[in-house]
Order: sequence, then structure tokens, then C-alpha cells
Amino acid sequence: MAYDTEVLVLGGGSTGCGIARDLAMRGLEVTLVERGNLTDGTTGRMHGLLHSGGRYAVSDQASAVECIEENEILRDIAGHCVEMTGGLFVQRPEDDDDYFREKLEGCRDCDIPAKVLSGREAREVEPYLAKDVKRAIQVPDGAIDPFRLCVANAIDAERHGARIETHAEVVDLLREGDDIHGVTVRHDSGPGKRTHKTPGTTEDITAEYVVNATGAWAGQIGAMADLDVEVRPSKGVMTIMNVRQVDTVINRCRPKGDADIIVPHETTAILGTTDEEVSDPDDYPEERWEVDMMIDTLSELVPILEEARTIRSFWGVRPLYEPPGRGTKDPTDITRDFFLLDHEDRDGVSGMSSIVGGKFTTYRAMAEEISNHVCEQLGVRASCATAEEALPGSENLAVLEEGMDDFGLRSPVARRSKQRLGSRSQEVLGTDEPNPVICQCEGVTRAEIQDAISQSGSDLNAVRIRTRASMGNCQGGFCCANMANELHPEYDEETTREALDELFQERWKGERHALWGEQLSQAMLNYALHATTMNRDNDPASRTGGVDYGAFDSGDSSARTPSQRRSGGD
Amino acid sequence: MAIADDVLVIGGGIAGATAALAAAEEGVDVRLVTHKQSTLRNASGLIDVLGYTHEGEGPIVDPFERLEELPKGHPYERVGTEAVRDALSFFDEVAGDAYAGDHTDSNALVPTHGGTVKPTARYPISTAAGLASVAEDTLLVGFETLTDFEAPLAAAHLEAAGAPFSARGVTLRFPGIVRDDAKLTRYAHLLDHEEPVSTGSGERSARQALAATVRPHLEGESRVGFPALLGDEHAAEVRADLAESLGVDVFEVPMGPPSLPGMRLEDLLYGALEDAGVRVTSGVPVVDYETDDGAIDHVLVDRHGQEIPHEASQYVLATGGLVGKGVRSERERVFEPIFDCYVPHADDRYDWFVDDVFGEQPYARFGVVPDRELRPLDVDEEPEFSNLRAAGAVLGGYDYAAEKSGAGVSLATGYVAGGRAGTEASR
Repeated sequence: MAYDTEVLVLGGGSTGCGIARDLAMRGLEVTLVERGNLTDGTTGRMHGLLHSGGRYAVSDQASAVECIEENEILRDIAGHCVEMTGGLFVQRPEDDDDYFREKLEGCRDCDIPAKVLSGREAREVEPYLAKDVKRAIQVPDGAIDPFRLCVANAIDAERHGARIETHAEVVDLLREGDDIHGVTVRHDSGPGKRTHKTPGTTEDITAEYVVNATGAWAGQIGAMADLDVEVRPSKGVMTIMNVRQVDTVINRCRPKGDADIIVPHETTAILGTTDEEVSDPDDYPEERWEVDMMIDTLSELVPILEEARTIRSFWGVRPLYEPPGRGTKDPTDITRDFFLLDHEDRDGVSGMSSIVGGKFTTYRAMAEEISNHVCEQLGVRASCATAEEALPGSENLAVLEEGMDDFGLRSPVARRSKQRLGSRSQEVLGTDEPNPVICQCEGVTRAEIQDAISQSGSDLNAVRIRTRASMGNCQGGFCCANMANELHPEYDEETTREALDELFQERWKGERHALWGEQLSQAMLNYALHATTMNRDNDPASRTGGVDYGAFDSGDSSARTPSQRRSGGD
Repeated sequence: MAIADDVLVIGGGIAGATAALAAAEEGVDVRLVTHKQSTLRNASGLIDVLGYTHEGEGPIVDPFERLEELPKGHPYERVGTEAVRDALSFFDEVAGDAYAGDHTDSNALVPTHGGTVKPTARYPISTAAGLASVAEDTLLVGFETLTDFEAPLAAAHLEAAGAPFSARGVTLRFPGIVRDDAKLTRYAHLLDHEEPVSTGSGERSARQALAATVRPHLEGESRVGFPALLGDEHAAEVRADLAESLGVDVFEVPMGPPSLPGMRLEDLLYGALEDAGVRVTSGVPVVDYETDDGAIDHVLVDRHGQEIPHEASQYVLATGGLVGKGVRSERERVFEPIFDCYVPHADDRYDWFVDDVFGEQPYARFGVVPDRELRPLDVDEEPEFSNLRAAGAVLGGYDYAAEKSGAGVSLATGYVAGGRAGTEASR
């Protein structure tokens, strides 16, 4: 028996969740399916910039106008996910004066509040800017938490009757002749309090209309129904620093370029980014030159980055698209605009549209336009209300925190226990038992680790993501073993040992892109603590072939204490 | 006039202290300068010589039988087996009763706080009753507020490791500790000073209270292991009192940082330096140097922002490895920061590591390349300076973490480098 819905949205990123919310608020019955957890694709792997539009003020004014409009709307409806840091477009002596002027005029043309600061004034705002910085344009850029924003949309969709099904991968599109009428999904289980379907089972979901909002993965979905969606995934690196060197978003004021932005987030700063086309959004090289470029180029703006400590780097893929026939070589030249591909108009196949391209800041406007299109297809006349209705959590943060919990998601951006735990802080932290700190770098206590274990089981990587334990400067060298200790006695010695090995290995993998300077010294210390002090690399419990204990030093009997002699040991 | 000594040792870990002591034996004036807190507070306090071969074979019963097979360039190969023996005897003399294991060439197997066992040549006397190679049933005691030692888990791990006795662990509340995040030194201080603590049955001294907490949990075991916090200045007394109250042997399980056995070893070495008349100046980095005819003429030491020249006829570099910052790195290079001695490394930093965290890690072998006199060699295999020798983790070509050879290499190379420097200087 197929499950039937009116609109089926594929993809649980910001676009998909935005569409689900919009349509559900218009009274449509919506189902959203997502392969992994919400934000698992591009949404959870970006620098979290809330554009003012300044970035596009010269090259693409339509996008710039849309950005500043959405920027203002998001501050209204999602103030709890936004930190209005402000932003600077910084000009160095070698950067073109004409471009600076065009940028300023462009901002004004697009109604982006923009103010010119002298080099000195800019350094008053950001003391670590290079001494020779010439001047800067101040704009309302901000930092936004994409995890919480996405979840807020999803839970609001649910409040309006939508079904959100995570860990449900689309394995087939149901196509009859020239009509797509649903999908087959394969269920898996996931974290959080949700009840998932039995792992491994499949389910058919039929719908009046299907929206393919899978971004960089849209081509793979299209191919299931022999449709060609020319998405051109492009990877970008984000490099995380150990402290927040800047308090405002720093952009380089010059035409397009790699490594031209620094976004402060809570206690860190994220450097971005590169732009390289990849063939498979799930499998692409993460390369040294990308990390080097972040530091080399951005330290021209903020020199202390050269010496600062990098914690790790991560990569994400943009869902770039360009219409057939344009043949742009360089992905940086591909438009950041979004495209609504109605497969009926394009391919003569009815029942589905794909949404590709676009950017995070304007996700709501994209969702509105697609929802308009879907309503038109279904003859629904309701209008969009997403720009006026605040997102859950705006009034009472606990509502959103419960939603995060429900999906088993933790925003790595939320640094403090209170933020991580939200409405459950009292329940989790209000313990009478001793509650020592397990992870010193991130200040995570036993109660929080135990709470995460009760939800994630013995998977310490899941515990890490829930709590941020082992994600600070030491990258787990000091606390991995302590986290594993917390698994015992609920889990036995062997399970605990394996969980520790897995976590330690995973932490090492992430460190490798930051292995120089302080972080290489830290890696050696971590290695020494685990191999030298604990001998975990040659643990007899994990190695085959026993140890002949009797052959080793059994103590100096002549020097033993009276109680030793009394006990007759040896 | 510069500050002048016969031998100047740079670095205050095991290698530096041993070098200074060995040089002082030659009857010359020795000065030791250190920059930061030594990394001994990170160290377990065990004196490993060789637990596994460079190919990962082990645990080795007799390290001296296996030194000969180490590859060319390994610090032990540079100094030779006899020097390793001599250095260890030298240490035994310095350590006196504070360490055990000198009655045999065989390694001991010591339980670690992770519950594994590790081979080591000398061990603090506080760990002596806990050897895993002794078949005595064992109770391990952990504390609720001490997150890096989970005693029941460590006991189960010891059994999984095939230890020849039954092990059991209990987790208790440490009497007198009121803060969940009390520092380890706080526990030690309570016991050292016999502070009064309140218990269910009124006020008692800290040691008595601890013994009373543990006693009901003994089930016929003949020894009890605690995390290494049993006192600092009066550690022997604390152990003896607990052993007497409990009627069983008491031992410590070495822990990670901050490590009391590591700090006790540091105290021991610095006490010996004082006795030997070595001048020790701490908190001062060496920032530059001047040469004269292929030799170091003097170094410049930063004292509160002032560069003060220090002159000596012989120098020993014992600044540590990556952890101690005697070896440093940037994105494009690995280097020795004081004298810029040659440190071999791959050009591409992605070749500095392998993917398996416990695999053969190239970065673990970073360090200077010495000749048999322990003089660092340049890229053409010529000594960088005629009067500079290197000792300890600043040397490359070995992985102390995999081999369990860290303290042994520091002792042996410190002993040889310091001894040679002393001999040369006395000429």
C-alpha cells in the first residue's frame, strides 16, 4: 500500500525544508523525505554567512537586491539563528580603486546600507586588519546558524501538518509513461527521539506533485527517471580557526576570487573558500592547496592568521547549475541564481520540478517561488506567509531546542551547554551526582555525556557531535579515553575499547588537514599519551598472541615491603 | 664579559638534566637553561628503554638483547649498547630508592590507566607492588570525580589483556574532595598533609578516611591500586600508611597529565642538579647565537626582554621534540628553531603522516641527525658546529611512542652528550 500525499519534497536541506514550510502553511498536505539527517548535504557544510548582498552588488544586482531583502526578513523571522556581526569589504593598496567605487555604488543602487571607513576606522572596528589596509565598506553582513534555521523550518512545517521523514533515501522515482507520481524510499534508523520506520524496509510514497530539492544531488535523482539535470557540483573548503580573530565578517573587496571571506561564529572564525567543480558530490578530493590558499590569501587581510592555530578543515559542495548550452568553464563564473526546472515544459514529463542553484541566504524567496509554481500546478490560490510569520523559537527558544532534539541534531555552532541542551538544560545538568568536566577544551560535563550516550548508544562519534566533546584544541587527545570511560559499565570492556579506537581514529582523520605548527605538536602529544602512556597501539587485549607474563620482571623480592612478604606474593 | 661556563645545556627534561649531571661528573662548570615548564608533567614517570622493536615486535622481555638490531641512525645505534647500560646505571644511582627495576635486565609490565600493560625497564617505587607480571589478585580503586581512571573498566581490560591474576575495580567517593573539578594535586595535598576531612563517622585524617572508604571493598585481594595521586612530597609515607591500615600492598597506576610521578621525577632530577652544583636558570629561552670558526661562540638568552650572552666551550641541545618545541613546523617545513640544525622531512606535509593513527608515522621520527658523537649533522653529513651535541627527543630517526623508548633514549643520549661535552671542556 503506497502512502499518498499531495506534495512530496525531496531533500531536507534549507531549500527543501523552506518549501515544506511554505506549502504546509498554505494548507497543502506535504511530505518531505531526506536521505540522511536534516542539513546533511550542503546546508550543514557551509560557512554560515548571512549575505547583505554586498558580495553581488557589482556582478549580479538582481541577486544583491534579493539578498538584502531576505537578510532583513531573516533578521525578523529568525533572529534567534542570526548574529548580526556586520561585515566589511576591505580594500588593500593593490586592489582596484574603480572596483571599490563600483562596489559602493552597487550597494547604494541595491539599497544595501553601505558606509565607507578609512583604513584607520576599519582597524578600529577590526584591530587585526593589516596595517596597510586602505579602506573598507561597512555592510550588514551577519553570521547565521544553518542547522537551527533548517530545523526551525522543518518543525514549523510539521506544525502545519507536514510529514518529515529523515533517513529515507529515494531509491526510485515512480514514473508511468510521461508522468512522475511518487518515489520509493528505503528507510534507515537515525538519532533523536523520532520513531523511524524499520531499517531496510522500503516504502512507496505517491503524490500529486514532486519537488526535487536535492541540490547537488538533483542530477542523481533526475537520472532515476531518465531526466537530465545538469547540476555542476562545486566543492569549497572551510578552515576553522581555534579562536575568533575577527568579530565582523571580513570580505576582500575585489572581483570574484577564492579565499576572500572570514566569518566569525561563536568562539571560532571560519575561513572560506575555494570553488572547484567535482563529478561526484559524495566523493571528491580534499586538497592541501585549498587549505594553504585560505591562510596565505586571507592573511593578507588579517596577518595573524599566518601564525594562528587551525583546528581542522571541512568541505561542502555547492549545487551550481547552468542551463544547457552556456558551457562556462570556470565554476566561479557560473551564476549563483537559482533555476526552477519544470520537467513538463522541459522534458515533456509531468508531475515534477527540480530546483537547482541558488544560495542559502535566499532560501526563503526560492521556496516562495517554487511554492507558487506548485500551487499553480495544483490550482491552489493560497498566498505565501513565510516572510511575516516568525520561525519557531523566535519567541521561546525552547521550542526550537526541542525540535533539534527530536531530530537528534546538534548545531556545532552552539557552543554553550545551555544552548546545546535548550529546554532540557535543567533536566540534564540538574544532577545531584558528581558532575566533573570530561572535555576541558569545550567544557562538557559528565551529565551531558551521559545524556548523549542514553540517546546515541556506544557510538562515541555520535556523542561527540551531540556534545562537542573532543572537538576543541586537543582534538580528543586528552578526553577521548575519558569519554569512553563513561560508557562503562553499561557497555562492556570490549565495546568500550572499540568505541574508543573508532573515536580516536576519527579525530585523527579530521586533524590531518591542519597538521603543522601547534596542531602537529598537539598530534605528537596525543600520540604519545595514547601510545606511550597507555600503550594503546600495542594493547595485548586487542592483539593476537598472548603475552608471557611470567617471563617479565616480577619485582625485587629482596626489596619488598613487609606486607608484600606477609602476603607471600611472587 | 659574558656569563661564562664550561658546558651549557639547553633544555630541562630528562635528557638535559642527565647531560648536565654527566658533564658535572667531569669536574667542569655546568649551566642548564630551560625555557618552559618541562614536558615531564605529561610523562608517566616510567623509564622505558625499549618495549617493542622498530618493526613493532614485542613486548620485549630483555631490551638489551634487542638494541643491536635497531637500524642505523637510531639514537641507540649511535651511542651503542654499553652506553645505554652505563646511562641506566647512572640513573639508578641518581634515583636511589625512588625507582625499582635495577635488579634485572628484564622489562617489567606495568598496568596503565587505560587498563593495558606496558613494558618498561625502571619504574617508580610507588608502582612496584602493582606489576602485571606478578600473579597477585588486584583491587583497583577509582574515584567518581576523577574522569580519566575508570577502575572497573581498567580491571576488565587487564583481564582481557591476559594478566595472570583476577582484577576487580570499584569507584568510590574520595573523602575530603568537595569540588567535582578539584585538581589532581588537591587530592595529593590532602594526603600529604593529613588534612582533617569529615566522614560519616566524624572527622578523620585524610589517609585514615581513605583507608576506611576502601576497606569494606576488599575481598581477599593482596594489593590495591590507586590512580597516581597518593601524595607528592610525602608519597612514601602516604603509601606506607595506607598499606598498613588496609593490610595489603598499595600501588599507583601511572596517569596522563598532570602526572604526579612525572613531576616527582622532575623534582628528583632537579635535586640532583643542585647537589652536583649545576646552575639552573628557568624561564629563559635561547633566542640567538654567534659562531666563531665553525664553533658556537656564545648564545643569546632572553631574560625579560634583554638578550644576555651566555658563553661556554661546549653546548648540549636537549630542547625536546615536537611536544617540547625543540622541533617545530610550519606549513612548508620542519625545523630546529635555535640553531636551525638540519631536520629531514618530506616536502609535502601530506607525506608527514599516514592515515592509520597508530601506523608508522613519519612525523614521530622528526628530529636532528647526529653522528656517533651526537653532534647534529647538516645536509652534507658534516657536523653543524664542532662544539654542539644533541640529546633526547630533539634527535630524529626513532619513534619513542611506538617503541616505548623515550626515557631510555633521553638518558642514554643525555649521558653520552653531557659526558663528552664535559670531557672536551675539561681539556
